[in-house]
Amino acid sequence: MGEPVGGGTDIAITLTVNGVVRRAEVPGRRLLSDCLRHDLGLTGTHVGCEHGVCGCCTVLLDGEPVRSCLMFAVTADGHAVTTVEGLAGPGGELSPVQRAFAECHGLQCGFCTPGFLCVVTALLRENPVPTEEEVLEGVSGNLCRCTGYQNILRSVRRAAEIMAEER
Amino acid sequence: MKPPPFDYHSPRSVGEALEILAATGRDGKVLAGGQSLIPMLNMRLAAPGHVVDINRLTELAAVTVGPDGVRTGALARHAQVERSGPVAAAQPLLRRALRLVAHPAIRNRGTVVGSLVHADPAAELPAVLTLLGGSVRLARRGAVRDVPAARFFTGPLESAAEPDELAVSALFPALPPRSGTAFHEVARRHGDYALAGVAARVRLDDDLRVAAAEVVCVNAGPVPELVDVTGDCGHRAPGTADWGAAARAVRDRIDPEADIHASAAYRRHLAGVLAERALRDAATEAAGG
Repeated sequence: MGEPVGGGTDIAITLTVNGVVRRAEVPGRRLLSDCLRHDLGLTGTHVGCEHGVCGCCTVLLDGEPVRSCLMFAVTADGHAVTTVEGLAGPGGELSPVQRAFAECHGLQCGFCTPGFLCVVTALLRENPVPTEEEVLEGVSGNLCRCTGYQNILRSVRRAAEIMAEER
Repeated sequence: MKPPPFDYHSPRSVGEALEILAATGRDGKVLAGGQSLIPMLNMRLAAPGHVVDINRLTELAAVTVGPDGVRTGALARHAQVERSGPVAAAQPLLRRALRLVAHPAIRNRGTVVGSLVHADPAAELPAVLTLLGGSVRLARRGAVRDVPAARFFTGPLESAAEPDELAVSALFPALPPRSGTAFHEVARRHGDYALAGVAARVRLDDDLRVAAAEVVCVNAGPVPELVDVTGDCGHRAPGTADWGAAARAVRDRIDPEADIHASAAYRRHLAGVLAERALRDAATEAAGG
């Protein structure tokens, strides 16, 4: 890949998305968010502002939350991506974070939810018993225009409880 | 919003990256974390003909801590530097400032050196580099130079890096003994660019009196500038130094601009309040608690 690849030329990339090896041919300027949605058909990742403010497009890159609208698909070549479609168990059973959001009404319209679910999944994996402040800091980069956030914060605390019970 | 088309380069070594930058000249743009560049591309505020993606140059991801300070490579992510215990021990101001940079998901991708080269006067890291008297290492084909912070930031979003140069690392010097730092800012929302912010450094002499007191304000002019208030606060112990006079001196010497978020007068007021707080905290830390 040392040779330049022109704007009109597609580049072959390989991503491991939700544990499955996926290949795509994309122009250099293809955002990871658009690659996931348009090239790979995974429309669970939502696109809001496309400049890194809203957090709707957040996915996990090698396990860490990142904005998929602020990354080119070609840069993700060879890396592992987890989207909201990859959070549920193999049999389709909802993850503790997903169950908590459903139980605590942590979503209304659902547009921001994929981003929140990815961020909270990573937050609780790294820090299973976060303080109030750590929860606030953890979700501070994601916007929700429906819930007023209180039920999202409850959902995070509930998810931590469910995970503790199931350990 | 989609980025304009460009030729994509993915060099596998620093040498190869420098060859590409030499060939593309002004039409080339380096992509590291992309947390500032990609929004600018998405909004079509930038349209480089060539994007040189340095994300495969893992040799640039190193963060080294030595007696002279902390050296962060061009691929060291904000989060990586923020979480490092040795970095926090050698230069605590870095972690304090990094926690004020955007949000965790942005810090997972954004790079420290990228924030410096982006040279946004509203950003925290250019202020930190300026306060500490750090430098940025620029490489071009066959040559390397270290540019001190005072000469690195040349204007809003403009740095001394030439089109054929790659910023390979930055040095944040360690603090001398009996020194302390602090970083305070006010933002409308957590993670936003600050309306005003102040990084402060205070050094005490052997008698534990203030020997040096300096601040750099965020969003207070076209480039981060060191404001020396040593003479204003008096050669006294931290508890009796005139931090109010130092804050007034800061207000008088900065040149903030008005915009939709705040008037220049309000920014000046905030900078004074934050300077006093930051100087007091830095002096307390310098005195050992």
